[in-house]
Amino acid sequence: MANLTAPKMITSMLSKISPRRGVEGLFIIVGLAIILTFIFMAIFAPVLAPYDPNKTRVGGLYESPNPKFPMGTDRLGRDILSRIIWGSRTVLIVTFLSMALSSACGVTLGLISGYVGGKFDTALSLFMDSLYAFPGLILAIALAVMLGQGIMPVTVSLTVVYVPIYFRMIRSEVLSMKESLFVEAARAIGAKGRTLIFKYIFPNVIPSIPIVLSLNAADAVLTLAALSFLGLGLPAHIPDWGFDLRMGYGALTAKIWWPGTFPGLMIVLLTLGFSLFGEGLAEILNPKLSGR
Amino acid sequence: MISDLLRIEGLRVYYYTRDGVVMAVDNVDLFMKKGETIGLVGESGSGKSTLGRAILRLVPPPGRIISGKIVFDGLNLTELSEEEMRKIRGKRISMVFQDPMTSLDPLMKIGDHIVETIMAHETLTREEAEEKAIKLLEQVGIRSERFMDYPHQFSGGMRQRVGIALALALNPDLVIADEPTSSLDVIVQFQILDLMKELKNLYGMGMILITHDISIIPGIADKVALMYAGQLVEFADAKSFFNEPLHPYGKALLESIPNIQHSDQKLKYIPGNPPDLINPPKGCRFSPRCPYATEKCREEEPPTIMVGRHRLVKCFQY
Repeated sequence: MANLTAPKMITSMLSKISPRRGVEGLFIIVGLAIILTFIFMAIFAPVLAPYDPNKTRVGGLYESPNPKFPMGTDRLGRDILSRIIWGSRTVLIVTFLSMALSSACGVTLGLISGYVGGKFDTALSLFMDSLYAFPGLILAIALAVMLGQGIMPVTVSLTVVYVPIYFRMIRSEVLSMKESLFVEAARAIGAKGRTLIFKYIFPNVIPSIPIVLSLNAADAVLTLAALSFLGLGLPAHIPDWGFDLRMGYGALTAKIWWPGTFPGLMIVLLTLGFSLFGEGLAEILNPKLSGR
Repeated sequence: MISDLLRIEGLRVYYYTRDGVVMAVDNVDLFMKKGETIGLVGESGSGKSTLGRAILRLVPPPGRIISGKIVFDGLNLTELSEEEMRKIRGKRISMVFQDPMTSLDPLMKIGDHIVETIMAHETLTREEAEEKAIKLLEQVGIRSERFMDYPHQFSGGMRQRVGIALALALNPDLVIADEPTSSLDVIVQFQILDLMKELKNLYGMGMILITHDISIIPGIADKVALMYAGQLVEFADAKSFFNEPLHPYGKALLESIPNIQHSDQKLKYIPGNPPDLINPPKGCRFSPRCPYATEKCREEEPPTIMVGRHRLVKCFQY
């Protein structure tokens, strides 16, 4: 780690990303393409969506895919394509917001806890480990029930699920970084604790964040879908893939496949995008992880 | 005695490991005047690095300073608060580390290392600090256009030059150089030692040069402090030490330096191994390896005796 420096890393990363560099470069490109497509959809939803996603009876009930409604309509006659386009906005807002919040909290707490050590560290680690011990979905369900419906409550419950992951990773890196000679050298020149954490230690732990960030994003998409599938996440007026999947699932027995299949496919695709991107990044940034 | 820059009295630093208490520095007394250079010599595990770190109060855990005084310019460092100590580190006492490959932050530019050091202690603008940093780098022989380079773009010798510039950034009174040349090859070693000598004359700071290589001491150190198994066994001015070492360990050590003028001689060495510092031998710690050891040496710890005006030796022979 100590010999891998930022400029070296970036140049070697760039040289590896070209498709010729084999499968991990391809992972990154495909993953990124999927993520960017969804981001594009989310941003331009008002322009791209042919209908209002919440407007009922824009077509007939359960109209099968046809030129007017490429993905068909659901049981209330809403256009599924429009709901999917608007739904990407919901899922991306929740995912990105919860990733930003959980990484900011987890990284900061991990840095401080690892650096300070002692009883504070023991107590905080114990707390984080007990959070981590719960399966993510169970914890998210419990929190979502407590916090109620809406974008913010869901974001917060996902945030809490992922904070321990960043905390544990960063804390363990800080523990080893703290012992490294350059930190000791910085201490020997009289650097303050704050300077040591944020100017010397923090830049050295940054490379491990994006991988986890991306893999967690994949997980968050699934967890969010699961929450709204269970009817716990978002209120009915916010278009959401998980909720639509639940609704479509009910119609499957009547051989009406389109209301459930398309939202489900989107969940799979976005999860795949984040996973591919994360895995590709992991391969390139950290060869040690390749066995995982 | 008041003019002493540093006075260490009865210093004990122990490491509390799972296997027992390692007495890394055991009852050491040392004093140095302003601008003096002391060569602190000893083999691996003799406690010399621990002693150096103890002066900066940077003994890594599980090590702790158990007792004793470290009086630096009238201040007892062992009694200062952590914040007061921080203000002394780098500013008044600084350190050059053994391994320049790992003692620089791989993600921080060379120039920023020095700027950070300056800004940690002085209220300057960034531009002023940068200007100062460039001057310092030029003084240690690094061209100013390398200011924005990262440590991995430097060779070992160059990095050690940066390490020296860092130690000198705030014109300290005392520099502790912990094996500054041990990880460099021989030619670079001499360049670095010459540079240190030159800068010492320029800045006039005191220096404690910690080394296991006794052959680099003459020519740079005024005094020699010889450590064995956590204790100071001889403390003398360099000239008299090299002319006539008093302690049997010092004698044996000087005899073991290869001499190219007598290449037909077999290389001498000191039989045995350095003692275990968890259970040090009874009596004199060198007695199991000492050719002059008597029954008394094995039973009683020898006192530190003043020989002549300024020499200290821990041996029953005197």
